[in-house]
Amino acid sequence: MHTVAVETRYILICSGKGGVGKTTLTANLGIALAKQGVRTAVLDADFGLRNLDLLLGLENRIVYTAQEVLAETCRLEQALVKHKQQPNLALLPAGNPRMLEWLKIATMLGDLFDIVLIDCPAGIEDGFKNAVAAAREAIVITTPEVSAVRDADRVIGLLNSEGIKPIQLVLNRVRPRMMANQEMLAVSDVTDILALPLLGLVVEDEQVIVSTNRGEPLTLNGSSSPAAQAYNNVARRLQGDDVPIVDPSQEPQGLRAKLSRLMNTKIF
Amino acid sequence: MATTLRDAINRLLGRQTASAATAKQRLQLVLAHDRSDLNPELLQQMRLEILEVVSRYVELDLDEGDVSLATEDRVTALVANLPIKRVRDVVLPANSALNATTAAAGSSAS
Repeated sequence: MHTVAVETRYILICSGKGGVGKTTLTANLGIALAKQGVRTAVLDADFGLRNLDLLLGLENRIVYTAQEVLAETCRLEQALVKHKQQPNLALLPAGNPRMLEWLKIATMLGDLFDIVLIDCPAGIEDGFKNAVAAAREAIVITTPEVSAVRDADRVIGLLNSEGIKPIQLVLNRVRPRMMANQEMLAVSDVTDILALPLLGLVVEDEQVIVSTNRGEPLTLNGSSSPAAQAYNNVARRLQGDDVPIVDPSQEPQGLRAKLSRLMNTKIF
Repeated sequence: MATTLRDAINRLLGRQTASAATAKQRLQLVLAHDRSDLNPELLQQMRLEILEVVSRYVELDLDEGDVSLATEDRVTALVANLPIKRVRDVVLPANSALNATTAAAGSSAS
């Protein structure tokens, strides 16, 4: 499917805080990229609490991990779990390699894939540092909550000092109504504070839970839900497409939105 | 910070103001500290010394003044807001430990 030979991109997906949507983003972005013709590998670097296999519906097909590949007890192709519906996508469970071995894994994947997404463990300890060793660029995902933004900031500081570039932001679980009512940090608040370019904005969407229940990422079956569209757009922007980002809290939504704008008028 | 119609109505009704602005302020403050590796003790020591030096030249309103960390675009800055009550007629003698700092402050003030 690929027409141009370009250098493989190694993209870390990280957040600092757990539970903000790292793995969901990795799964959906992986599928979306694969559908767009990009040979994509997703690497589960969260060996302690791995979940990427579950979100992709591949949990019953894992036999080997990268550790067996490194120990040469199996070939790389045996450890890669190809997605049946999207053969452009493969999952590599990482096991628990040391930092130096991560580079080896990354190099091996470089021959076979255009993009390698690395699902980073939460926290900023060894697991995080090891995953950073395999990455060149990063996507930081956060939600508009003080704790998540603070942790994202710590992670960005560490990525900067490791020379990871570019670092882009995905803002997850946005509640447009709360934002319009100024009861949630605005999109610009978060981008200003973290000083990162915005790669994507995902609204809170119940369909995300439904899709994880099934092990079928939203981007897999052409869902028209808002989150699915957001993930597809992230995949396109990642490849350089100019897809405008719409701030849902600024969108006209009838009388309520008009009232909200009136209420936010500065009076002095 | 600008007041919105919502804030005004909330105040009239005795309700709290919208929380997003509070969240932003709190985050900016905590991040300024997170980003600098200054521990609170050192910051306090520096704050006192700065106040001490400035107080030799002008009388400060210490209740209103503050020396704190602020951050913008990932750059952390030390921000001093020191309201002056009045300028001293005579510069007070330097503390021996502060000689170098006072010399610098004296030359830039003249």
